Amino acid sequence: MKKQTNININVLPFLLIIVLLFVWQGISYFQMVPTYLLPSPISVVQAFIADFGTLMANAGVTLLEAFWGLLIGVISGVLIAIVMDLFTPLYKAVYPLLVISQTVPAVAIAPLLILWFGYGMLPKIVLITITTFFPVAVEMLSGFRSTDPDLIHLMNTMGATKWKLYYYVKFPNSLNHFFASLKISVSYAIVSAVISEWVGGFSGLGVYMTRVMKSYAYDKMFAVIFLISGLSLLLIWLVTFIQHKIMPWETNKK
Amino acid sequence: MILLQTQHISKTYTQQPILSDINIHLNQGELVSILGVSGIGKTTLFNIIAGLIAPQTGQVLLKGQSITNQTGKISYMLQKDLLLPYRTIMGNVILPALMQGVAKHEAEEKAAPLFKVFGLEKTERLYPNALSGGMRQRAALLRTYMFSKEVALLDEPFSALDEITKHQVHDWYLNLMKRINLSTLLITHDVDEAILLSDRIYILNGHPATISKEIQIDAQLKQQADFELSPTFLKYKRQILDLL
Repeated sequence: MKKQTNININVLPFLLIIVLLFVWQGISYFQMVPTYLLPSPISVVQAFIADFGTLMANAGVTLLEAFWGLLIGVISGVLIAIVMDLFTPLYKAVYPLLVISQTVPAVAIAPLLILWFGYGMLPKIVLITITTFFPVAVEMLSGFRSTDPDLIHLMNTMGATKWKLYYYVKFPNSLNHFFASLKISVSYAIVSAVISEWVGGFSGLGVYMTRVMKSYAYDKMFAVIFLISGLSLLLIWLVTFIQHKIMPWETNKK
Repeated sequence: MILLQTQHISKTYTQQPILSDINIHLNQGELVSILGVSGIGKTTLFNIIAGLIAPQTGQVLLKGQSITNQTGKISYMLQKDLLLPYRTIMGNVILPALMQGVAKHEAEEKAAPLFKVFGLEKTERLYPNALSGGMRQRAALLRTYMFSKEVALLDEPFSALDEITKHQVHDWYLNLMKRINLSTLLITHDVDEAILLSDRIYILNGHPATISKEIQIDAQLKQQADFELSPTFLKYKRQILDLL
């Protein structure tokens, strides 16, 4: 009986999406909203199929930017977390600055980065790095600092060096925090790539988006929005999949 | 033969004296308890013995050699088993060896036969979350044993277990000590546990804490059936409670 309820609950979001698609299709079909403002789901799918090649080529560019930005963001986030964990005065000095830096919206920095670094891939990677390193740094630091002090005590009695303490205790202990931040960072990476492409660039989903918007092709606009959303979801799923593979003890719980 | 000894240990924290002139010793094969109320300084004393903190005065001797303020010489086990959830039982057990620079395969070879001795057969590749509380404590004890094969410092290791499991683990531990010739220094605030397990009991009390009494538990009387319900047991208990 309980299992039946769980199945129903799992199916609910999909049912809701189907209902919303039907309502949306109905609104378009009965022309309750002009189709140039709100194209029907079917015409969005048709636009997606028709422009599939272009969309994929642009998605490739956006993903490449996101990959490099995320990679640098994650590495720098982890390194900053280690340094802040090791040196408390540095943590006290740097942490407030990090928080303040995150109150500046990415849209506001993007034009400056284009001005400084040109229209190529570099300003996009810089923006993605800036937006993705913060969640990783904060979460990793929180993971390091939440390590059970008794465990650190025990490792010290065994004569563990600082690096062995990180390798055997602090890093594995922070993996949950790391993957939680990575899930946030992958979606930030895609969104930041698109924002920086809006401001200036030659290719990428953001550039594609501004082009179709200027030509009032809203069916293509919706298609690219769904593609961006789909890519973010796919990357989040990929992170979850890797997490389960790397952390088997979490899935093997009694 | 005296295995472990503290001589005139004193410790002060922020001008507050915690321990004063602590002299205790542990003979080969003995189980000695340190009994005291919570916050009296039992754990501070263990931290000094384990080398985690330095005493103001005095020294810690292991087989006559000073190990004062030296980590990596003697390890202890806490109430929490502190098994790393992301390492298998084997991975946890060999951790002390890895910390001392022993190669992984070599450490595993040394640990493998001990799984049977500690009643942990077929748990090598399991993660700690697959084990019961009692089994986890055994694994933590094996890890402690892997670190120092002669002396085990146990800081209330059985207090998290339920009464029935605790009794089983007590019997098992006493048998194990005899089998592997292990000596144990135990911190507890459980008077019954101290009487049942110990050869001798040190009473720690006062501010700053000192050893106010050393009580020898009669080994022959302990062998009697229902010792826990005997008048002798109650006599020991009354004496200890009066001292505390």
